[in-house]
Amino acid sequence: MTALLDPTSERSPTIRPRLGRPDRLDGLVVGIVDISKPRGDVFLDQLDARLQERGIATRRYMKPTMTRPAPLALRQQIGTEVHVVIQGLAD
Amino acid sequence: MDAPHDGLVAVVKRDCPTCELTAPVLGTLAREAGLTVYSQDDPSFPAEVAARRHDADLDISHRLGIEIVPTLIRFDGGREVARTYGWDRAEWERVAGRPGLGLDLPAMRPGCGAKNVEPGILERLKIRHGETGITARRIAIGSGEDEIEAMFDRGWSDGLPLVPPTEERVLRMLSGTIRDPQEVVGLVPSDLVPATVEKIAINAVMAGCKPEYLPVVLAAVEAVLEEPFAMHGVLATTMYVGPVVIVNGPIRRAIGMNARGNVLGQGNRANATIGRALQLVIRNIGGGRPQEVDRATLGNPGKYTYCFAEDEEGSCWEPLSVERGIAPGKSAVTVFAGFGLQGVVDQKSRDPESLSRSFAECMKAIYNVKLAPACDAIVVIAPEHERTYREAGWTKQQVIDAFHRLTEIDGDDLVAGARGMAEGGPPSLAGRRIGKFRKGGLLIVRAGGGAGMFSGIIGGWSASGERGSAPVTREIRE
Repeated sequence: MTALLDPTSERSPTIRPRLGRPDRLDGLVVGIVDISKPRGDVFLDQLDARLQERGIATRRYMKPTMTRPAPLALRQQIGTEVHVVIQGLAD
Repeated sequence: MDAPHDGLVAVVKRDCPTCELTAPVLGTLAREAGLTVYSQDDPSFPAEVAARRHDADLDISHRLGIEIVPTLIRFDGGREVARTYGWDRAEWERVAGRPGLGLDLPAMRPGCGAKNVEPGILERLKIRHGETGITARRIAIGSGEDEIEAMFDRGWSDGLPLVPPTEERVLRMLSGTIRDPQEVVGLVPSDLVPATVEKIAINAVMAGCKPEYLPVVLAAVEAVLEEPFAMHGVLATTMYVGPVVIVNGPIRRAIGMNARGNVLGQGNRANATIGRALQLVIRNIGGGRPQEVDRATLGNPGKYTYCFAEDEEGSCWEPLSVERGIAPGKSAVTVFAGFGLQGVVDQKSRDPESLSRSFAECMKAIYNVKLAPACDAIVVIAPEHERTYREAGWTKQQVIDAFHRLTEIDGDDLVAGARGMAEGGPPSLAGRRIGKFRKGGLLIVRAGGGAGMFSGIIGGWSASGERGSAPVTREIRE
């Protein structure tokens, strides 16, 4: 028998259950996050307008760059200001 | 088998002329002073000692910390009180507490290396005695299981077979650095897991590195984990890029890296395995795998390994590392988020302006002739092209300035739709001159074989510089 040394992080991923999706958006605030990809805003502007037509409150956010994860402060801000988030990828 | 609690102990081996020389003295001490003799190799040596013992598994030698044979030790109540090694009459008389030893021998002879500290044997002894300090989880592979296949099955491989990271191999790899195996080198994306020297050494073993490559691997890992390199983005992007490693300084030659013919190709162990080890660290420690966090559309073959050395001895310019702030004579790595190779063939230019124009026209094509600024780039200048600059007396800065000047593009041609191509920028580009590269975004490396007027361009990431990845240079701690 051979013993090999584990080259990985040895972290068994713990699966965190996602929050349940709401049945309706009425009364909720929707966060719309632009990741700073070109033309992502075109799509998100349309989405924002549609939501507002239905009387749903929205808040807009933007990551400083698409090359890095959102800064902690921004993630925390979004987490405290909205109930659900829509993030737009582009290309 | 335990060493005696009291009295004299000697450790010898037949394969040592000094041990042979001292055999009569050992016989005398055994008969008259109760000396216990352990032979590391031949159980019939020394014939002069009747009750000699064979330290076949070298456990006694290891526990006594023998480095040189012969070694003579005196114990008193289980405690070592005197020791000498090699043959030195005065020292032997002191340790043995008896005058007149070996009067017919020369006064002094150096000893030989002990068998228990030979490479390969010492590692096995440390493992058997639980002294390695290695903390990684042990994964048992069944006797009927193929180790190579087992590693593929566990997802550790980049697609090519790996060297099995046994404790013995990892211990040997760790001998390539004086750094503490548990030192954390940085947090590896995408999982942001602390990478210890030990974990990196395990991956270096799997990549096929020799221990003396480890300092280069460690420096490369440190460099890509620096914030300006944005390793997370380099990993996650849909674009082609991966880390390209350029090595400068004395370590290149010490470990036999290739900086000349086929420098960017196959065939050199150090070049191949250092770059591979870096990728395995990202994969196995950070959890960055293709079609998971690595979203590359095409990737590039350099994502298996992309590492080479600069031919500093053949260059008329200062090394890349010196240009980037490392002291001359120091070894360093520079990491660059790059991909592939675009050739620059010019067999006719004999003056630097003409040659620079050739380079520039080729460079304008990176990504798309309609895109500027495009990305950073490394220009690998081969000897027969460098000669033209050398003979004209051009400094590296002059070459870089010429490249920037000659890769400026008429903004009218860059506007979306211009020249019959929908790709391009906004109308505001019209009437302006636009640089293909950001200032500071061109690196020149002199490398390659002596024959062939063929240089190359290693393109970078569209998110080059502060908004994405910038090259990082780091000194190698040997």
